[in-house]
Amino acid sequence: MNKATMDLWVGIFVTIGLGAIVFLALKVGNLMSLETKPSYRLEANFDNIGGLKLRAPVKAAGVIVGRVEGVRLDPKTYEAVVAVRIDNGYQFSKDTIASILTSGLLGEVYIGLEAGGDPAMLADGQRIAKTQSAVVIEKLISQFLFDKASSGAPAK
Amino acid sequence: MPSNSIARGVRRVGNGTIRAISRAGFAARFFLAVLYHSPAAFHRLQLTAREIYFAGVLSLVVIMVSGLFVGMVLGLQGYDALNKYGAGDSLGIFVGLSLVRELGPVVAGLLFASRAGSAVTAEIGLMKTTEQLSAMEMMAVDPLARIVAPRFWGGVIAMPLLAALFSVMGVFGAYLVGVRLIGVDNGTFWGNMQAGIEFWPDVTNGIIKSVVFGVAVSLIAVFEGYDANPTAEGVSAATTRTVVGGSLAILALDFVLTVFMFRGLGTV
Repeated sequence: MNKATMDLWVGIFVTIGLGAIVFLALKVGNLMSLETKPSYRLEANFDNIGGLKLRAPVKAAGVIVGRVEGVRLDPKTYEAVVAVRIDNGYQFSKDTIASILTSGLLGEVYIGLEAGGDPAMLADGQRIAKTQSAVVIEKLISQFLFDKASSGAPAK
Repeated sequence: MPSNSIARGVRRVGNGTIRAISRAGFAARFFLAVLYHSPAAFHRLQLTAREIYFAGVLSLVVIMVSGLFVGMVLGLQGYDALNKYGAGDSLGIFVGLSLVRELGPVVAGLLFASRAGSAVTAEIGLMKTTEQLSAMEMMAVDPLARIVAPRFWGGVIAMPLLAALFSVMGVFGAYLVGVRLIGVDNGTFWGNMQAGIEFWPDVTNGIIKSVVFGVAVSLIAVFEGYDANPTAEGVSAATTRTVVGGSLAILALDFVLTVFMFRGLGTV
């Protein structure tokens, strides 16, 4: 095999190999939608974040408007502090309610934002004041059973 | 004489240990020497391109066909298992994650060790047996720069590309089986995959893994060839050691890398 043909084959190989990496990045890993848009940061305190993970989606009316950037525990109040990144294209009023929700019974955990009526908007670094913690299924079930037991007892 | 045979056994174990340790020392020195002579491999790019051809282009068919079949099997088995829990729609993320994180780099690495690594070992071993390496040294051509370094770098460059191709063919195979044959919705398949797999860290960790495997297998291949006993038997034993040692190195390194890479996910 002469040099020119070999170079051609090596060129083809490297090209389709790099093409495969680009395919993995764009089609499989969805690089394009990740952090290409400019965004701003908001914080919110929760009593309990349940199973919220890093990079979990932040949705408003079901539309993904941002991602969870960090989760930490406030050492003084023992509340969870969640930092989220919201796309610059979306603005939320100061009285927005952030709640931790689950899609389906066992689905992914995400943060839902419900905009209020305040004309002032949240800016970079500000805190969402109104929050609603995750519903912990075990607590819910035990509460339900407790209610059942206490309401059922006098009827007998 | 029992005491005599015990002493012989102890002596054999000790001898084997000392030889293994000194071989490891030689391998480390050899690795540094190869790195030292690496600029030569890039200075004369034609030599390295030739090795990319032998290690990469000639492995294309086996890598792509295996990737396709592994992907199709993943599609069938994954759908069968997931559908029991009503999660057949998650086939895309299941297939994508297993291929990008694990199967792509590991299986491509194993195939690479047996397809390309063994060939490199046999080639260098035969050069040593037929005293071509000594002849080069006599002509003041350093075989490390002329023979070993291009083969090492050819393997290191070819391996990540082959692993990426393997993953892509696997995803395509799973698409054929899952979407075309079984009837998972096309949009759900790709949408779930894209929602669940991030470029950073999933895809990049897969690429890092394949680069590490490429370095390990190529180093083992050139070292075993260079270190082979210059006999027909010695070359054959060295080739076997490349495939066995290379495969074991890939699986062990994979465990170590996985522990480091995916330990911190889900927490801050």
